[in-house]
Amino acid sequence: MISRRKFLKNTALGIAGMGISLSALEIIDPRKLFAEVAADKAAVRWAFLVDTYKCVGCGLCVKACKEENEVPYDANVTRTWVERYVLTKTGKLYADTPKGARDGFTTDKIDLNADGIKDISKEGIEKAFFVPKLCNQCDNPPCVQVCPVGATYQAADGVVLVDRKWCIGCGYCIMGCPYGVRFFHPVHHTAEKCNFCYHRITKGLKSACVQACPFGARQIGNIKDPNDPVTVAIRTQRVGVLKSEYGTKPQVYYIGLDEEVR
Amino acid sequence: MKNHVLRPLFVVIGIVVLILLARIVIVPKDFGIGERGYMYAWYRKSNEEDWKKFKVKYMGREYCKDCHSDKYDAIKQTPHAAIQCENCHGPANDAVSEHPSDQRPKLVIDKSRAHCLRCHFPLPYPTSARLKIRGIDPDKHNPDMECSTCHNPHQPMEGLK
Repeated sequence: MISRRKFLKNTALGIAGMGISLSALEIIDPRKLFAEVAADKAAVRWAFLVDTYKCVGCGLCVKACKEENEVPYDANVTRTWVERYVLTKTGKLYADTPKGARDGFTTDKIDLNADGIKDISKEGIEKAFFVPKLCNQCDNPPCVQVCPVGATYQAADGVVLVDRKWCIGCGYCIMGCPYGVRFFHPVHHTAEKCNFCYHRITKGLKSACVQACPFGARQIGNIKDPNDPVTVAIRTQRVGVLKSEYGTKPQVYYIGLDEEVR
Repeated sequence: MKNHVLRPLFVVIGIVVLILLARIVIVPKDFGIGERGYMYAWYRKSNEEDWKKFKVKYMGREYCKDCHSDKYDAIKQTPHAAIQCENCHGPANDAVSEHPSDQRPKLVIDKSRAHCLRCHFPLPYPTSARLKIRGIDPDKHNPDMECSTCHNPHQPMEGLK
């Protein structure tokens, strides 16, 4: 038989116990803690800004990227690509990216792959625009977390890299990326992705696609520097990110992002 | 405990020890937790350097400026000023660096119509900058001829050749 005193005591304890969050019971790994503190002090965090109003779909960025990063030119894989979106007055949406727009968009016919070629008259278009895509170098990258061997990782400056010597080619990261930016490299047979041209940005150069763009539609900058033009634009203009609902905290910001863009 | 129970146990312990020893040899010394913590940075640190050593191919127009100052200055006065030399002439580094001046392979210039049409095929999209670029109908405007036969890409507004 339980006494009233014991019952009240146990109830109070139980409620107090439920109040403690799970995180309070976690054993803190000092190495992990130091790593988190050190990361905050990093002076550089690369971020990308795309102005979709400026993009004309010439695809020179894709060409430059493929040549700069030794992605086989004729294989249908690419680290960056440009998508064309056409919304008709009847409310239909068509999107295409033939060869990742490596050769630009030199026809008004829309390539719907298995669904054939769609010809839309000038008068039928409500709005149409181009959207460059590349790796978002997420602050919470799912591709890194699914790697079973530690072959893909995030450097202190936020860029997600792939260790070609360590990658076993399981493809989890390719499945894990909600943006579909990863693919198998046809020559190295390892996971491949955009790394903001890590060999260039660490030397003070711009990424190949940024340099190749004649219209200034692509910009790269250090988001930890408050005076960087990219940081200023992100802070003061209306920018959006892709698929924010996934919680990946993408670091490629878009000016003029439309709801239809996925 | 009986011997036949202990023996397989020793075998298992032996295998575990062997795996741990192999791990010491195989896993590189710099493999560990990086600045972003265990969740995002469990990796081989020297791979960062591997990527930094990757060869730069697109050098930018300033690289061409010293020897080709005439072309560099000419294009600056035109609507083509924003276009990098290497966008048409191809990446400079492969051809120029590491070769003495008399043995340099020639850059491959993309003179195709398709290359000009990247911008000059008319796509009158109401909310895109492409709308403002002047275009031609490639099926009607001297088909089968290279654009540069008549137009000078370095001075496109100076009239025909």
